[in-house]
Amino acid sequence: MSWLVDNFDLVARLTGNHAILSVIPIVLGFVIAVPLGWIANRSHSLRSWVIGGGSFLYTIPSLPLFVILPYILGTRITDERNIIVALTIYAVAMMVRTAADALAAVPADAVEASTSIGYSLWTRFWLVEFPLAGPVLLAGLRVVSASTIALVSVGAIIGSANLGYLFTNGKQRDFLEEILIGIGASFLIALVFDIAIVLLGRVLMPWNLRKSPASKSIRQNAVGVY
Amino acid sequence: MQFFLDAFRWLLDPANYVAGGISPLPIQDRIGEHLWYTFVSVAIASMIALPLGLFIGHTGRGRQFVISFTGMMRALPTLGLLMALFLIIGATVPFTQAAFVASIIALVILAIPSILAGGYAGVESVDPQTVDAGRAMGMTEMQILLRIEIPLSLPLIISGIRAAVLQVIATAVIASYISLGGLGTVISSGIGLNDNERILGGAILVIALALVVDGFLALLQRLVTRRGSKEARPQNIDFRRRSFGSAAVAEEPVNERKRHVQSKK
Amino acid sequence: MIEFQNVTKQFPDGTFAVKDFSLVLPSHKVTVFVGSSGAGKTTLLRMINRMVNPTSGKVLIDGEDVAGLNPVALRRKIGYVLQATGLLPHRKIADNIASVPRLNGVPKSKAREEALILLDTVGLDRSLADRYPDQLSGGQQQRVGVARALASDPNILLMDEPFGAVDPIVRLELQDELNRLQGEISKTMVFVTHNIDEAFAIADQVVILRAGGEIAQVGSPAEILANPADDFVETFIGADKGKRTLHLQRREEDGVTLIVDAEGRPAGILGEDKG
Repeated sequence: MSWLVDNFDLVARLTGNHAILSVIPIVLGFVIAVPLGWIANRSHSLRSWVIGGGSFLYTIPSLPLFVILPYILGTRITDERNIIVALTIYAVAMMVRTAADALAAVPADAVEASTSIGYSLWTRFWLVEFPLAGPVLLAGLRVVSASTIALVSVGAIIGSANLGYLFTNGKQRDFLEEILIGIGASFLIALVFDIAIVLLGRVLMPWNLRKSPASKSIRQNAVGVY
Repeated sequence: MQFFLDAFRWLLDPANYVAGGISPLPIQDRIGEHLWYTFVSVAIASMIALPLGLFIGHTGRGRQFVISFTGMMRALPTLGLLMALFLIIGATVPFTQAAFVASIIALVILAIPSILAGGYAGVESVDPQTVDAGRAMGMTEMQILLRIEIPLSLPLIISGIRAAVLQVIATAVIASYISLGGLGTVISSGIGLNDNERILGGAILVIALALVVDGFLALLQRLVTRRGSKEARPQNIDFRRRSFGSAAVAEEPVNERKRHVQSKK
Repeated sequence: MIEFQNVTKQFPDGTFAVKDFSLVLPSHKVTVFVGSSGAGKTTLLRMINRMVNPTSGKVLIDGEDVAGLNPVALRRKIGYVLQATGLLPHRKIADNIASVPRLNGVPKSKAREEALILLDTVGLDRSLADRYPDQLSGGQQQRVGVARALASDPNILLMDEPFGAVDPIVRLELQDELNRLQGEISKTMVFVTHNIDEAFAIADQVVILRAGGEIAQVGSPAEILANPADDFVETFIGADKGKRTLHLQRREEDGVTLIVDAEGRPAGILGEDKG
């Protein structure tokens, strides 16, 4: 533990950068995936394109994507924007299916009722579909958050200054403690993010405090396998 | 664009496939290694996780464990796991084997959650009425598992394995940084030499490998998705049915029946 | 003969599904348990093949306590038809019907042959043999369910609201079919329903149940109609609303004799006396 005390500044700085590198893709991924999920439910062929595209992108392993992006974006290989773009792609790929399913699971009679009392497409989305899909979207967001935070560290291989640095450096110096501290810090970020998302959900969806068994099982599915 | 053309030229250069080339060549050997690591880890992980997942799905005991375990494992940084295991294993195993042993252990650990969840979710997705009917016609618990639950959950079981395979292929690339062979060595040597052709060529190879293997498993999944079994992809398990169907239609009778089923077990 | 002796079933949460229930179900007859949800009728049915074990009391089949029998072997000798059909969705119709014989080790070709004969028995075309359950209509699926229950030629047939999920017309058709079938095979049948008209249509012995599996009245349909035991039974069979009290009313314009209920609503016409 004395290593941690001596190097606290370094660990704190890496943790901070790690969190920033995670939060951008998580937010961007959500913002992009929800409209895509909505579009996917417009027609059968749109759905197969959007969902198929998502699972195609998800198939691409992380390190290869990190090293290919510089050639496409024209960035330097060590540029952290590569990591942000790559992780955003994964976040969208993971989130889009959940978003499509969550919106499709909004009870049809609620949608119909709101249409019949004169909601426009836009108001209906914000006042009915989005809030009712909320719990499932939230579950999907939690999955995306945990995976993104875990993946950021791979960026250390191409020189990004995040907690992954403690892994590569610890391995070079044959110093296990440093690696374990990195893993611990990474878990800590994931935990804080997860709690933040859950609390955000409580604030935004107070009616969801008492969960119905049905929505609970959907949420468990969303958290289940990817 | 030029970079990509160069990379493809490098990939198509027969010289890179001549046996006895200097590592990471010849390419086909690296592909073979990569597939071998993937196969070994997923096989070991399946042997551990499938029986456990099927057991949990069949009995309903330990569901909370699966959910928390898969959730936690998702947050585990793969790079950190690899490096930590490399140091731990390296302390006891000769250096030449440490990379392999540490990598396989890490890959097995990473493959377990998806396979476990696939097995569990698969069995869980089988209509309890169908299971009840099997029991009522005189099937033993083992027959119920083998003749009803496993056949009906095969698509989800394979989908769990698919997710595990993707995870393993991706992580095996990173394992080249603890001196494992496979396609990762093409990329890492490229980065080391600042050789664009190798970096890109290696990346393209890995992506192609992942797509081909995943496509193959997707095909397999489609083949076993027989009539009557639930839609194949994991997140869709019972989606609509659970959200409106059973909740709205079934009131008393199903509850009554469920209680019977439980009281029997 | 099936006999319930002081049978009680209490669930872990303390509620009683059935309390101190005793009854004899005669062989080769159709006994119908009828009552609303929570009356314990399904629980009673499922105690016969040990899908539910009583907390106390005995269930005897031909004098033998089922508690002493291996549940798996017992269930293979008793046919069971469920409301949800319980057909295995991944097996073809013929394979579904052949399920129990196959479990009992009957060779595949022989089991299939018997399955085809059973399709005839329940009035289904043999061409359905190689379809999957979801390709059949609800009524057809129920017939397959009956065929499957008959496949091991059981003496006892348990039917748990088998026609509950089909539309009223098909339901009547299936009831007629069941009566015809029972005329041929003459099994000891136990049938659960919450529909009193269905009970009257098929039963030799009707058992009307209150909540908690308490018997309100046992008797043939005619006995129950003629002498309802109490207000509960009267309400249950609809006698209190005059639905069962019918009168004759002659129409002057065409001379037809109408049958009307207590409120004057037509229920049918008077036909010629038979024989």
